[in-house]
Amino acid sequence: MSETQTLPKTGALLSVENVETYYGNIRALSGVSVHADAGEIVTLIGANGAGKSTLMMTIFGMPRARKGRVVFAGQDITQLPTHEIARLRIAQSPEGRRIFPRMTVQENLQMGASLDNLEFYDEDVRKVFDLFPRLKERINQRGGTLSGGEQQMLAIGRALMARPRLLLLDEPSLGLAPLIIKHIFEAIKELNKSTGLTVFLVEQNAFGALKLADRGYVMVNGIVTMSGSSKDLLANPEVRAAYLEGGRH
Amino acid sequence: MEYFIQQSINGLTLGSIYGLIAIGYTMVYGIIGMINFAHGDVFMLGAFMAMIVFLALTTFIGGVPVVLALLLMMLVAMLLTGLWSWTIERLAYRPLRGSFRLAPLITAIGMSIALSNFVQVTQGPRNKPIPPLVNGGVTIYGTGITIAYKQMVIVIVTAILLAAFWYLVNRTTLGRAQRSCEQDRKMAALLGIDVDKTISMTFVMGAMLAAVAGTLYLMFYGVISFTDGFTPGVKAFTAAVLGGIGSLPGAVVGGLLIGLIEALWSAYFSIDYKDVAAFSILAIVLIFLPSGILGRPEVEKV
Repeated sequence: MSETQTLPKTGALLSVENVETYYGNIRALSGVSVHADAGEIVTLIGANGAGKSTLMMTIFGMPRARKGRVVFAGQDITQLPTHEIARLRIAQSPEGRRIFPRMTVQENLQMGASLDNLEFYDEDVRKVFDLFPRLKERINQRGGTLSGGEQQMLAIGRALMARPRLLLLDEPSLGLAPLIIKHIFEAIKELNKSTGLTVFLVEQNAFGALKLADRGYVMVNGIVTMSGSSKDLLANPEVRAAYLEGGRH
Repeated sequence: MEYFIQQSINGLTLGSIYGLIAIGYTMVYGIIGMINFAHGDVFMLGAFMAMIVFLALTTFIGGVPVVLALLLMMLVAMLLTGLWSWTIERLAYRPLRGSFRLAPLITAIGMSIALSNFVQVTQGPRNKPIPPLVNGGVTIYGTGITIAYKQMVIVIVTAILLAAFWYLVNRTTLGRAQRSCEQDRKMAALLGIDVDKTISMTFVMGAMLAAVAGTLYLMFYGVISFTDGFTPGVKAFTAAVLGGIGSLPGAVVGGLLIGLIEALWSAYFSIDYKDVAAFSILAIVLIFLPSGILGRPEVEKV
């Protein structure tokens, strides 16, 4: 279990195979292989600077993987332009939330729905508002004036507006009150259950993430050091020592 | 007082043209942070396109109604100038995206020189006159204030165009894509926006507005030369900075202000120093109000 899995599972919705990513000459990811099957919630845990967000962005080709490949639904997307990757219905709520600061909440959500030219906007926005009623109250407020928690909800909502097949969430719990985190995690679980949405979740909040996910990976310094079912990882003494005990529960 | 009002009307007319050009500067700056120094020459190119359409109309058809002629001149100039600008961006600017900051700036200056020289070679270095298209005007009753019809045309066309443009930027998918690229290009790409295409469209839209400005300029002065891109171009750039570069309403406000300053300065002080006045404003604004009248400060809340 402490060995890095290198063999991609066939039929996986997303599989990242032996990927190496660099910032300039600095290697940020080395030989990373992860996969997510359709309908799964998979989490990637690790400390600050381990390369988790880099992996999320590498899936979108920003930066592009220098070695290895990224396959989505059987298609090699390693060299595909970023916007075309998004059009395959991979949505991301990225690190730092990246809300458009001078657009209203509504416009931010419309940006999420721009793949379908707002065709399903009314229908989908209702679902997002059911999930995060707070956003409805803020509908005409500019993104830049929202609180951190509200921005996080908006980032997730915007990603959902794209009707994704695969949802990448980069630290959705960052900066949020425990109650809201619980709410968001429950919402993710519910979406996964009811629609079969595949979720790839990056978290520092290892306990919460492993509770939520079916499987998990542990990343240290750009290398996947462990992987396995959430149950096994939660019970693993190394994981407990490094990420759980003394950490956030 | 009459004199003041008369000069203000003249200034607003001139300012409308500057405003239309300034939008092209400010949009491109907003989306890729580059000053497109070739934009003044794109404006000049637009005026030449309009002139060629005019000549074609009078030579081959003759006796076309003025309104129709102006409309055709504008539309064809918009189309062709847009195409020019698209090509310029594709060939000269896009390959340099992601290289060091000065590279596209230097290229833009080179492109400016190339364009004006191209027109000099192909159209000749002399001034190109056309007969006046719109004659006459109205005198406001009981005063000596005259508004020429061609001034009305300029203001009305500008107003219609700005309204259409405002709608495009604020209410359409393309406009939303543009604003998203302006605010966060990476995130826009993550949402499936084709950033390169959006940038191209921005150049095309700026060029189209400049082409209309060129057509109006040609109609107003009745003459165009290959050097005419420079001064209005730099004035419009000043207008964009004065209004706050990156801000669309700022470009219009700045354009009108520069037009007014120029007209009033010429009226009360010295017509020879009108350019000095306009550019002094630029220097003063940069010192005391670096982000312009409607611009936002560089620092943003993270």
